[in-house]
Amino acid sequence: MKEQVVLRVITKLLVPCMLILGGYVITHGELGPGGGFQGGVILAAGFILYGIVFGKRDLHRVLPRRATDAGAALGVMIYAGTGLWCVLRGGRFLDYAVLPAVDTGAAEALGMTLVEYGVGLTVCTVMITIYDMISEEADA
Amino acid sequence: MFNTLLVDISLLTLVVVVAIAVVEVRNLLSAIMLSGIYSLLMALIWQNMNAVDVAFTEAAVGAGISTVLLLGTLLHTERLTKIGSRVNWGALLVVVVTGSFLIYGTLDMPDLGDPSAPIHNGRVVQQLGQRVGKIDHEGVHMPWQFNSMTEESVPHPDEEHPWAEYFAEEYGTQLPAHEPAAERVHGHPLDDFMGHSPNTVTSLLAAYRGYDTMYETAVIFTAGMSLVLLLRRRSEVRA
Repeated sequence: MKEQVVLRVITKLLVPCMLILGGYVITHGELGPGGGFQGGVILAAGFILYGIVFGKRDLHRVLPRRATDAGAALGVMIYAGTGLWCVLRGGRFLDYAVLPAVDTGAAEALGMTLVEYGVGLTVCTVMITIYDMISEEADA
Repeated sequence: MFNTLLVDISLLTLVVVVAIAVVEVRNLLSAIMLSGIYSLLMALIWQNMNAVDVAFTEAAVGAGISTVLLLGTLLHTERLTKIGSRVNWGALLVVVVTGSFLIYGTLDMPDLGDPSAPIHNGRVVQQLGQRVGKIDHEGVHMPWQFNSMTEESVPHPDEEHPWAEYFAEEYGTQLPAHEPAAERVHGHPLDDFMGHSPNTVTSLLAAYRGYDTMYETAVIFTAGMSLVLLLRRRSEVRA
């Protein structure tokens, strides 16, 4: 679909907005509606739109398969690592109140934010991987 | 009130129409587009019920990603459904029985917005009341609601307080009975973490149910990796 001017221009306008919205939703999950899952899906939708319009070769140049694989694993590691950090600081697993912050409320918010980053990263990369795999044979 | 009802009725009517159309239409591409429209209408209905997080998820996943994935699946199959598929009576029986059980189950549910419903008479009140950082009707702050859970912050059952009775029933006059050690050590804040996490849904998912969400993330990771292991290797071998 690369040769269609309207699609190309609209996609180029839309993708940055989608990526910023996705990042905003992930990072503000504890303040407003949304969270890691929704934000991750919006981020992934941005990349998938890019992949649909410009082809998967361009998508892989921007975001290699190695990066999405590593991102999926890294997200889970961020989540579990936050839990482990709590253990190392003398609390229980995923007991955010012991994290370093001005008070326990802020510590809980910090833990939740980190955990949401992990969820967002995993969801985003796995969604891109699923799209990548499902549309595999159509390109070949 | 009447306006909300009007919007709800028209949206629900559209949802039913679209749902029937999804089943009836022969062209699979049209069916996928209609199911995307269905998700978008459902997102509007959730929004109308003030369930913003659910609406968000429905719009992003249901209308966005699912449509793309279904279109990707369509590339591997035919464009039209087979004609002349007759009614499968066994399947119809199962669906009707399951459906009637589900409808029978809803008879026990309280009416929408019923103030005496169990969900409006418990701990959830404080979470969903959205009273964070606000003042109550008498113009005073409710300190124990967003301060640390310490002994003096729990209202005494003799006190005149809207939730004093509930608190005495749940916690006694002392600290919360559940996980007493942890409460004493960290002084866990109540429910919205001193206003640091006003979104109840996120604090439930990420803090109260942190383990569940971690394993859900692990499930998503496993799904992605299984797909990579199954499909990527096959395509590389073929190439």
